[in-house]
Amino acid sequence: MPAFNQSRSRIIQIIFLAVFIIIAAQLVHLQVFSSKYKMAAESNAIFRKVIYPDRGIIFDRKRKALLQNNISFDLVVTPSETKGIDTFALCNLLGIDTSDYRKRMKEIIFKNTAVRPSIFEALLSDEMYAKLNENMYKFPGFILNERKARTYPYNIGANILGYIGEVDTTFLRKHKNEGYEMNDYTGMTGLERTYEKVLMGERGVKRYIKDNKSRIQGSYENGMYDTSAVAGKNLYTSIDVELQALAERLMKNKVGAIVAINPKTGGILCMVSAPTYNPNYLTGSDRKKHFAELLLDPRLPFNNRPLGNMYSPGSTFKTVSGIIGLTEGVIDERTTITCPGFFTGCGTGKPKCLDKGTFNFTNAVAHSDNTYFSTVFKRLLEQPRYGGADSALTVFNTYASSFGLGAKLGVDLPSEKKGNLPTSAYYRKKNGGKFYACNLISNAIGQGEVQTTLVQLANVMTIIANRGWYYTPHVVDSIEGGDEYKMLDAYKIKHHTDKRIPDSVYTAVQDGMQAVVDYGTAAGRSKIPGIVMCGKTGTVENSDHGVQQKDHSFFGAFAPRDNPKIAIAVMCENAGQGAWFAAPIASLLVEKYLRDSIAGTERNAQLTQLENTNLIPQKMRLAMAKRDSLKQIKESQKLQEKINKENIDSTEEEEISPEIKNTPSKEKTNPAKDSSHKKKTNTIVAAFLNNEKKKKHNIV
Amino acid sequence: MSNKNNVSHGVDWLLILLYAMLLCTGLLCVFMVEYKPDTDWVASFLGGKTNYSKQLIFIGVCAIVATFILLADSKLFTAFANLMYAFGIVLMLATFVIGRNVNGSKSWIPLGGGFNIQPAEVCKIFTALALAKFLSRQETDFSKLKSQLIAFGIVLFPALLSRLQHETGLALVYLCFFIAMYREGLPGIYLIIGFAFGVLVVATLLVDPNILAIALTIIAAITIYLLRRQIKRNKAGLYVIVGIWAVCVGVQRFAVPYIFNNVFECYQSQRIYMSFGKDYDCSQNHAVKKDKGNTKAYKPDDYNVRQSKIAIGSGGIWGNGFLKGTQTRGKFVPAQSTDFIFTSLGDAFGLAGCLFLLLLYLFVLHRIIRIAERQRSTFSRVYAYSVVSILFYHIAVNILMTIGLFPSIGIALPLISYGGSSLLTFTVLIFILIRLDADRQMVLR
Repeated sequence: MPAFNQSRSRIIQIIFLAVFIIIAAQLVHLQVFSSKYKMAAESNAIFRKVIYPDRGIIFDRKRKALLQNNISFDLVVTPSETKGIDTFALCNLLGIDTSDYRKRMKEIIFKNTAVRPSIFEALLSDEMYAKLNENMYKFPGFILNERKARTYPYNIGANILGYIGEVDTTFLRKHKNEGYEMNDYTGMTGLERTYEKVLMGERGVKRYIKDNKSRIQGSYENGMYDTSAVAGKNLYTSIDVELQALAERLMKNKVGAIVAINPKTGGILCMVSAPTYNPNYLTGSDRKKHFAELLLDPRLPFNNRPLGNMYSPGSTFKTVSGIIGLTEGVIDERTTITCPGFFTGCGTGKPKCLDKGTFNFTNAVAHSDNTYFSTVFKRLLEQPRYGGADSALTVFNTYASSFGLGAKLGVDLPSEKKGNLPTSAYYRKKNGGKFYACNLISNAIGQGEVQTTLVQLANVMTIIANRGWYYTPHVVDSIEGGDEYKMLDAYKIKHHTDKRIPDSVYTAVQDGMQAVVDYGTAAGRSKIPGIVMCGKTGTVENSDHGVQQKDHSFFGAFAPRDNPKIAIAVMCENAGQGAWFAAPIASLLVEKYLRDSIAGTERNAQLTQLENTNLIPQKMRLAMAKRDSLKQIKESQKLQEKINKENIDSTEEEEISPEIKNTPSKEKTNPAKDSSHKKKTNTIVAAFLNNEKKKKHNIV
Repeated sequence: MSNKNNVSHGVDWLLILLYAMLLCTGLLCVFMVEYKPDTDWVASFLGGKTNYSKQLIFIGVCAIVATFILLADSKLFTAFANLMYAFGIVLMLATFVIGRNVNGSKSWIPLGGGFNIQPAEVCKIFTALALAKFLSRQETDFSKLKSQLIAFGIVLFPALLSRLQHETGLALVYLCFFIAMYREGLPGIYLIIGFAFGVLVVATLLVDPNILAIALTIIAAITIYLLRRQIKRNKAGLYVIVGIWAVCVGVQRFAVPYIFNNVFECYQSQRIYMSFGKDYDCSQNHAVKKDKGNTKAYKPDDYNVRQSKIAIGSGGIWGNGFLKGTQTRGKFVPAQSTDFIFTSLGDAFGLAGCLFLLLLYLFVLHRIIRIAERQRSTFSRVYAYSVVSILFYHIAVNILMTIGLFPSIGIALPLISYGGSSLLTFTVLIFILIRLDADRQMVLR
């Protein structure tokens, strides 16, 4: 027995053991402590299919659905799996060009990598879906993904409802932990955005096992970890479909806005932003095209004017300055003031008044006498008991802000503006530290720096109708299954105006406003037989870049005077006097709301006439004409190119001139014909697209 | 001799049991890799079409071969050792002429009927026998340099031939015979030098060359300082230290880059760099430099290793369950039934399964060393150590490769990986050992 070297047997065993310990340590590291590999394994082998829940439906006050869901399909692509497909055939089916195909692919890969599924063509038309569905097996890497899309049965309310759109990277970064993923849709504007949390529901996830070629092998763990989709909650709004439809009809071909509020609840009955667009325009296969079109429309249809635009309220603001004047005692109901044709208090001859004569408060409101309210405002500012004009203005602003002016009301729609109640500091800064009552006298008649949104104006009407209180205007009354996120709590708080305003003041103002309709500025066309409506016209001077434009037509009203059921504000840009357009439109809407229909041939004729009047301002018309003609030129150029090309194709089949070879635009414009050129013109193709290019050449 | 009639006398049944357990585990793994949920597995097991069915046939063949070996006379192996070695070498040389190209290495000889044989694989057995034969010669004194050199020659010649066939993995197997030689008295300095060289190469890969050079210089300086008394007495010590320092710096400065750039292929260098988490710049490689026009980007091909690590990591502690391994079912790991078979175990049975297999292997290794140490004849002992070294090398390299700690070279996991050639080789290796061990009372020369 050779005993020597036997100790080396131990050493060898120790070496073996050491190596095995190293292996075991690495195994522990890989399998126990390193979650990286576990996660990589999951992304390798598990295909998460997101089950989209139905978005909540939005109903009007009579439970008519303002929008619904229907199913449509997206063409989804995983670029890394598309190698070797017949691009040409796919492009033919989709009716696109191969260069367009490559462009889209590059974009998709740039945005969402080559290995993750991205939408290639969203919301296919029914016809396209049928065509593709038959041929899907030919295009590995492409799948048709079901998606619920919105439809709008009444074609109305685009500015209220808003639209949904694909989330972008900025959105994803902002809403990191809310479970959104690339290609998800989210509410971009309107109620869709405000109530996104409620409407979206909960997405479900199904997990499948897939193999190395991404083929589904079966469900993962028998669906143990799958979650089912929970449908979004429905919203019940205060919108009245018929009123909204009529309001949109009346605002056709006009620029302006309408807001009607139920004074008892603060619920918005209708809200129009004109020009608007058909909400169905932004669903379906042509969404992208239409979106671009609307975005470039010089009439700015995406602008929600009743909330997002601030206007000088004009004479409608006299109601507020009147109330403040009466409350502060600078005038009473019997105070009379004479207008010789203009306001004499400041010596500037401004503002002018339409009707010369002597007015008491009621008549001053009825005939919208500028001098009367300028005097009221001047008296107020110069009241010695305030100790100066600065504090007098502060008093004025305190009252005004209790009417919901100068700050966001908190309507449940996005991008609301604050409006403006200018302070003395503002004027001092503007006028080199000095502050004179005469500098801001036009505020009294809503013409100076005072600015409101139309919703604020409608809300002022609500307050006058209610004699001193309001609920914040809102669209959504209730949410199916309860208000889980406390989104409606703010609309259940009753706001009161300044406590100092006595009830008699409201009576006085209402008297005046009733007179406006009965025999004042809005008499005649705006009188609804059998209904006592209180209103106030406004004719707002405005200018664009210093150039005087046609007046904006304003009207604020509520009816019936006792037990008011509707408060309304109408504004037509560049339409002239308030009584001409805004007032009759408001009166028709009030009648419609209170009586359910417009009675009498005369009123109906008025309706038709208003509907057919085109009040699009000159500037917009010019911009539109310019856009249209540019489009025309482009189209004719395209047509010309096409003709040229066809000529070339027929005459120079054999010898192709070098100029034509080097004109890339030629190829883009005519996808069907370019195959004959393809042999000669080699476009640069991204490396990964090489395969399909080869394929295409084979076909050629 | 008295037990000649009883073949089973002295046979180490424990080792056979372990061998059988490994085979079963292997079959299970191959089955897991290829299993499809909707097929009748009993039928496909017998059908001979699938890999696991073929593996079953290979096992049958191995059983027959094993029986034959057990029935053979131990003297046969000593008697024919040199002849078989010569035969093996001839076979390897023959591959250069009649070899078939499989997976980029021309190392296979077609046998007809779709079967191929890889001489480099088989030659391991012959080399083990030849080494045993040489070391057990009475006139061999292994403490002499000449004997050592002859032993090196026996071992390294087939390695060289393998390398020429571009089978780097198999060529490296032959280095493990040094373990057996070490046991037989090869001075430890060889292992130390080898180990030191390995450490130096790794250090070169990991550390900036200049910093490493400075570090080496500092180590040399400290050593000189510590040994200043001895050096005062004997100048030779100084020369030795300075010499070692010069060699080390030379290696890290010139030898290592030279090897990576001029000896290895681009992909090999990349794999080695990768297992240390580094990138290798392929434009430095000789093969790439040769064709300048080729601007193709050399992307690291760590896909296999990455997927392998993912599959193993996917198992966690207890695994995804039998036939439920997500990575195995999805076929994410390339070559999973052969080189990366270990991943299927990790995926399905997790850390527990892996450790079970490791312990099984460790037990086998331990058992063979015990067997080796109880031999009376040097031949049997050297042979046993050769077997254990080959096994160890295969196990360690294969698993280290799948867990990303060693560059991936095509090396099978003994008795587990799918493949007849490898299975047969290990069976023959082990059963010759069992046969020799059964006759351990004899002195074989």
